[in-house]
Amino acid sequence: MEQNPTQNPSPNQPLGRRSFLKSATLGGAGVVAGASASQSIAADKSTESQVSSAQSTQLNESAQGYVFLNPEEAAFIEALVNHMIPKDEYTPSGVEMGLPIYIDRALAGGWGKGDRQYTQGPWREGTPSQGYQLPLTPAQLYKAGIAEANKLATEKYQKTFDYLTSSQKEEFLISWQSGKLTFSSGINSKMFFTILYQNVMEGIFSDPIYGGNKDKVGWKLIGFPGAIAVHREHIDSYKDKRFPNKPISISDMS
Amino acid sequence: MTQKLKPVDVVIVGMGWTGGILSKELSQAGLRVVALEKGAERAPKDEYSVPSIRDELKYVIRHDLMQNTARDTITVRNNISQEALPMRKLGSFLPGEVVGGSAVHWSGHTWRWNDMEFKVRSMYEEKYGKKFIPADMTIHDWGIDYAEMEKYYDRFEYTAAISGKAGNLKGTIVPGGNPFEAPRSRDYPLPPLKPVLASQLFNEATRKLGYHPFPRPSANASEAYTNPDGSKFGACQYCGYCQRFGCEANAKGSPHMTVIPIAMAQPSFELRANSWVTKVLKDPHSKKVTGVTYTNLLTGEEFEQPASIVILSAFVLNNVHLMLLSGIGKPYDPKTQKGVIGKNYCYQTGTSATLFFENRNFNPFMNAGGSNDTIDDFNTNWDFDRASRGYVGGFMLAGGFNTNLPIGYRPVPRGTPMWGTAWKAATSKWYQTAMTITSSGNVMANRYNYLDLDPTYKNALGLPLMRMTFDYKENEHKISQHSAQITNEIAKSMNPTHVNQASARSDPWTVVPYQSTHNTGGTPMGTDPSMSAVNTSLQSWDCHNLFIVGANVFPHNSTYNPTGLVGALAYRTADIIKNKYLKNPGFLS
Repeated sequence: MEQNPTQNPSPNQPLGRRSFLKSATLGGAGVVAGASASQSIAADKSTESQVSSAQSTQLNESAQGYVFLNPEEAAFIEALVNHMIPKDEYTPSGVEMGLPIYIDRALAGGWGKGDRQYTQGPWREGTPSQGYQLPLTPAQLYKAGIAEANKLATEKYQKTFDYLTSSQKEEFLISWQSGKLTFSSGINSKMFFTILYQNVMEGIFSDPIYGGNKDKVGWKLIGFPGAIAVHREHIDSYKDKRFPNKPISISDMS
Repeated sequence: MTQKLKPVDVVIVGMGWTGGILSKELSQAGLRVVALEKGAERAPKDEYSVPSIRDELKYVIRHDLMQNTARDTITVRNNISQEALPMRKLGSFLPGEVVGGSAVHWSGHTWRWNDMEFKVRSMYEEKYGKKFIPADMTIHDWGIDYAEMEKYYDRFEYTAAISGKAGNLKGTIVPGGNPFEAPRSRDYPLPPLKPVLASQLFNEATRKLGYHPFPRPSANASEAYTNPDGSKFGACQYCGYCQRFGCEANAKGSPHMTVIPIAMAQPSFELRANSWVTKVLKDPHSKKVTGVTYTNLLTGEEFEQPASIVILSAFVLNNVHLMLLSGIGKPYDPKTQKGVIGKNYCYQTGTSATLFFENRNFNPFMNAGGSNDTIDDFNTNWDFDRASRGYVGGFMLAGGFNTNLPIGYRPVPRGTPMWGTAWKAATSKWYQTAMTITSSGNVMANRYNYLDLDPTYKNALGLPLMRMTFDYKENEHKISQHSAQITNEIAKSMNPTHVNQASARSDPWTVVPYQSTHNTGGTPMGTDPSMSAVNTSLQSWDCHNLFIVGANVFPHNSTYNPTGLVGALAYRTADIIKNKYLKNPGFLS
């Protein structure tokens, strides 16, 4: 943990819900102003992480770094998307696809700030049927949730998530996805995972104008033609036939 | 400081299909009409145009055309013993917030509700006996009938460019259409959409099983079209971006390209967008309202707009909320079953199966909003015997596609890993080789499903949020079980490589994920003021110059999409106001 200083309190100090919220809010305000590229911590990574950081360094230079994610958060997100979306015969890695840039921009923008979210209290946990009930905006939830996940990874493996081996990451994510991780703040860990996973999918399959789906590789993976306007003739001519896999994005048409 | 404006003849609250139709009809009749819409006006050529409209993230995921819950939302709970909490983000349903309303982003499915709904209690009691209807099912006859509504359905279908195939022309059953529909005086204005592979496979399979599939009637113009008002439609391009999007091709029947521009051409009409109506003003000395109060959302200024007639035509939930905020009519109380405002709130239920065919190419990205075939054998087929199943209502089943974009639609067989190379392999393999069969089932009114004002939470103007208390009851669970069974039988008969089977819904209604924007009720119509909020002319029982028009007047929900009936009721209300009310202002029925 000492290799990876963060603005969040030490994991050795369990937090009550109120003090937790306070720190999340303060962290959120500070980090946006002090955004920095993830390459600053790349030197201390394991071999696996060095590969991904090298890739991200290249990407970050062209995409001019992160607006929202701090170095610890960037390392976490980069490690997560590269584990979920490894470089293989189907796609480049998650970082190469721009997924951290997509997530960073989403969190820095209106959605991350909860621009359409009802944020008035009082806040209650509620039933699962009542949906999201935290007082946090998505950006605040990410700050808190990533810190919690890294804290749990450190407790179990003595390393933050980005330093885990591939099999440890898999074990950790499966446990998280199935609701077996308990965040000490009281935040529902599975709820955060659901949002995180949804954002990864958005990064893969949204139009490249949002920073992910670089070179439309997400669309090419499934043969989705993108922003194409007309299929009136194709509806007959391509019935039960594969449509050419040459997706068109909004920027291609602009 | 509220600024009082010059009186007008009619003020219309909410500018979707209903408000648009009434604005056109009443302003053409020479009345001075002001329409107030909370959302902004969007110029179609700039806002609903390629390439920017082809953006799943913006319109489907981030809800760019929808109500902003930061400003106003509802609170939700499943039953009266729970504490309701705010719906902090949209999910289960998506009200539009723009000039054109939800009819900008709808898919266009347009149905004719018939006497099975309008005479629900008397028909079920007659066929199955009084005991068949559970004691807590608060359904009643609506006080209208299909014969009267037929010409208004016809009017709406020709206005909105419905593509479809008649199944019953003046009592003669027409092959290929819906044989269970009520008789229509003429065919749809446009032939059906071109079928997609999935709808063809569904059609063949259900036909083999003895059912009666037909192409779904939809406001997606199958050919270029000019409607009776002169509004011009392009032909549907099957672009695959229908539901949640404005139509770039001008092929989806929507008020912003039909009735609203015609109203706006009338010198006696004025549209004020960004205007949030907060109260209907009741005259304390008479059975009348005097106008409305609204806030200009661009400046925060509050205005009073006096009017001789007030028409509420906002989204279902907003109409009911406004009635509750205005204190007109007695709020419904489920304990005593007294009161009528908020009563009979209903929704819909559904199940679906996904079928995977190793060697098929469904091209899920090429479709219109209505690219499916449907069966009504368990819905408007009155001869289908409900006794053995023990439920009131039924379900329709459909096979096809509608707006299957990749952030939201990536079918894989159950058990597929959620990430990694194996996930990619499955996602790549099945995106184009899967299809779905979906069911839509009705929700009957229940004593304990209702709307009232929340005691705790407030909107951006400091007004109480509306509270929704809703859950599925035994009737809906039985429908869900039956529809899942039939869906799985059809799926199996199609011999797919894999099936993700439909399963009956048993968990409580939840505010996430998206389910249906077919919310109904809250100000039910009827002939008895102790059970209904409006009479059969859709006048408030408390104020005869207050008309409430929309799916909020439905005393229960059917399996059908509501818009066909909403549009028909809007035309009928326009006729009632022009031909009856203006000549003799007072309670009409």
